[in-house]
Amino acid sequence: MAFVPLTTDERQAMLEVVGVDSVADLFVDIPADVRFPHLDVPAPLTELETVAKMSALAAQNRHVGQLACFVGAGYYNHYSPSVVAHLMGRSEFYTSYTPYQPEVSQGTLQYSFEFQSLVCDLFEMDVANSSVYDGASASAEAVLMALRIARRDRVVLDGSVHPEYRSVIGSYLDGRGIDIVTSEVGLSDGKLKRQPVLDLIDDKTACVVVQQPDFFGTIRDLEEIAAKCRETGALLVYVVGDPVSLGLLKTPGGWAADIAIGEGQGLGLPLQFGGPGVGLMTCKQQHLRQLPGRIVGQTTDHDGRRGFVLTLQAREQHIRREKATSNICTSQTLLALGATIYLATMGPAGLKQAAALSHKRARSVADQIKRINGFRVVNDGPFFNELTVTCPTDGSTMRHELARRGIIGGYALGRDYSGLENGLVLCATERTTDAEIDRLIDGLREIGGGR
Amino acid sequence: MSEPLLSELSRPGRVGHLLTSTESTDDAALDIPADLLRDELRLPELGELDVVRHFTHLSSMNFSIDNAFYPLGSCTMKYNPKVNEDVARLPGFAQLHPYQPEETVQGALQVMLELQRLLCEISGFEAITLQPAAGAQAELCGMLLIRAHHRARGDHKRVKVLIPDSAHGTNPATAAMCGYTTVSIPTDSHGNVDLNRVREEADDTTVGLMLTNPNTLGLFEQEIREVTEAIHAAGGLVYGDGANLNAILGAVKPADLGFDVLHINTHKTFSTPHGGGGPGCGPVVARGFLEPFMPKPVLAQRGEGEGELFLDWDRPRSIGKLKSFWGHFGVMVRALTYITLQGDQGLRDISEAAVLNANYLRKQLDDLYDVPFDRICMHEFVASGRRQKQKGVRTLDIAKRLIDFGIHPPTVYFPLIVEEALMVEPTEAETRDTLDRFVQVMRQIAHEVEETPEVIHEAPHDQPVGRLDETTAARKPVLRWSWQDEVVSHQ
Repeated sequence: MAFVPLTTDERQAMLEVVGVDSVADLFVDIPADVRFPHLDVPAPLTELETVAKMSALAAQNRHVGQLACFVGAGYYNHYSPSVVAHLMGRSEFYTSYTPYQPEVSQGTLQYSFEFQSLVCDLFEMDVANSSVYDGASASAEAVLMALRIARRDRVVLDGSVHPEYRSVIGSYLDGRGIDIVTSEVGLSDGKLKRQPVLDLIDDKTACVVVQQPDFFGTIRDLEEIAAKCRETGALLVYVVGDPVSLGLLKTPGGWAADIAIGEGQGLGLPLQFGGPGVGLMTCKQQHLRQLPGRIVGQTTDHDGRRGFVLTLQAREQHIRREKATSNICTSQTLLALGATIYLATMGPAGLKQAAALSHKRARSVADQIKRINGFRVVNDGPFFNELTVTCPTDGSTMRHELARRGIIGGYALGRDYSGLENGLVLCATERTTDAEIDRLIDGLREIGGGR
Repeated sequence: MSEPLLSELSRPGRVGHLLTSTESTDDAALDIPADLLRDELRLPELGELDVVRHFTHLSSMNFSIDNAFYPLGSCTMKYNPKVNEDVARLPGFAQLHPYQPEETVQGALQVMLELQRLLCEISGFEAITLQPAAGAQAELCGMLLIRAHHRARGDHKRVKVLIPDSAHGTNPATAAMCGYTTVSIPTDSHGNVDLNRVREEADDTTVGLMLTNPNTLGLFEQEIREVTEAIHAAGGLVYGDGANLNAILGAVKPADLGFDVLHINTHKTFSTPHGGGGPGCGPVVARGFLEPFMPKPVLAQRGEGEGELFLDWDRPRSIGKLKSFWGHFGVMVRALTYITLQGDQGLRDISEAAVLNANYLRKQLDDLYDVPFDRICMHEFVASGRRQKQKGVRTLDIAKRLIDFGIHPPTVYFPLIVEEALMVEPTEAETRDTLDRFVQVMRQIAHEVEETPEVIHEAPHDQPVGRLDETTAARKPVLRWSWQDEVVSHQ
């Protein structure tokens, strides 16, 4: 591809200006024996050839438009109105960078302010940052934040927080001498059985991390945990499962969360095999100065016109270096834009519908699965759009068998939870059709047949 | 021209999008106890055209690569080929769930495998992870790998990380996240990290060195091998910040310089768009002995050669996970597309042109602006506005004046060791005409400093807003809209 626009004559003239004979003379500081190595990289392809090559790779995949998708587990196949991709695709947005110069970045800054406002409204929390990498890293940043605020060194993780989030929290905390305690979740009498988190919270606990709806899909009453947090001085760190659930469910603010985070992909962003999505991160007003990441604030110019700027930068690495709240630099600005457009387009009516329809479809899945021999819905309470099912055989085998029938058959719990090897977490959204549910049920019946 | 907030455009009862017009959802949540439901959902209510106009107006209030020269030093604001976007939007890439069974995503895993091979080849390393979300998370990944290495050898006394005073703030912030202390190493008179100080500080408590090369002055470290050897002699490892990789593609493989770990910013070097400040993607490459510690899962292949690709979670020595799933796949697709377009010749040509362009600018500005380390630079150079400051014009003023000419300002006040710094990175993507115009504008501004400084102080002149009151923004933070105010303003 002709990517460098300089002509041969221009290069020569420019070299003369610089005062060297050849381009190679510009690289003489590189040790000679390793300078200009051979690169075992294929020769360039034209755009035409590149599209053909990449399209062939894409065609080796079977996407959710071709398969019936019954998996969620942190990433959700919700419908995104056309307007979202169109507006995100404006190159004035995607070819700009961090708004260091506010006068020429008011577009980015204003939508970031709107994003923060929408996330606060959705979560019913006081303040939000302008995003972090994803839900998992947001959970780790939230725990680090809680450790700074509480100045204690014990962290309690509810075992029904997404396993990947718990793993990321572990990686981020490694080497800090923090005691991480995780409640156990297993199966008993055909229902999920939980070690009470309450028993793990003490006055040395910096924070308790819970997820709602939890990884199994269950919606729980968090009142007792919130009360125990207040009593012991531990912070309640709240992980929002699918953000669309907040079209219906009581909010993190409603449960008195101190810090609330979540993955925002469900808000109109493409699945993209798991990324990029957008980490949503909020907290109570009094914890603002410990919130990591970029934050946009409203102000005025010398003529009194409203404008927006990056603010509270004294928290950040480029000012505070080793004393910063986090090393985070890049956020997920473009994806935050997508979530902002999605929420603006859906409004309260559309988001409530997305939540209600997702829940309805999941209930339909549950009602029909209950009638198949050998399968059981094991949630220990109401669920939103995900439910946990035990199968006659292990979850991983079920997934492969379902894939042969054109179905993405949920998340297999075996790797993360002993005793739940036969467990699958199934998910439905407003995109799930009755025909797809029929296919799933037929598939499960066939695979489980005769047992 | 200002644009109202979404909350100000909202009108009660206006509906932008419905998912069903026939199916009732009123009773959908009857099985959920009422005390688990929310009372109120307050979001803006707009029509679709309201939304389209709003965001289209906002887009016109941005400088971007597609509408302006954007020589933002250290950020590599190169042109993003449009075909990258088309490829990333193919349903076979964009509509894959991360937890699909592996047999349904072999093409996606192949994309990751090919990108891994190419990045290893370009950098000279044997091991790689594509998982980190961006450069800063990649730094954390790299430092956790280094810690795992020391631990595995039973070496627990290493606590300090050496970091040049010219480094990005993410370097010391990352070291601190790992619980390490940092030692700042000064820059010598040639713009290199001070080798003698490295040798003095490197000892058996040294975790390693975090080094950017070319460094943030835009200069190639002239004693790089001596520096990395000094760290290795003390038992430490050398972390390479790959922020400036765009200067050395095909010119040198960082592994050949003594680095042990390196991160790559795909949004800089490999033209995956900057997105207004993300998403990034921060692959980490490393020497083979660090491979067992890589974040899990790692991409693996069954059997020999053409076997099925899968994600291997059985990694007992791994540092764990750093983010959800497998990394920013949508960004990886763009990076692979870009490298495929460039090929072996194109990659080297990128660096040669990037370096030529930077030197061309430097040579034509170094009479009017001080260039503290005035030697052949790599893909960027750092000038100082200290001469202009004596006339009462700050670097910030020069930056704002550039906006009047439709040019995005360079990075300013970084690196911290250069007074009134102006860091200029033109990239390889620009024409000589664009570079010449930049020179002409910068020279004009230098003359304005002498003759009409008030013009510069008042800049920018024709943007949606003038200079903003950042002090009040930080002292009395307004970080979200207020619905109460909105109601009042419409009564």
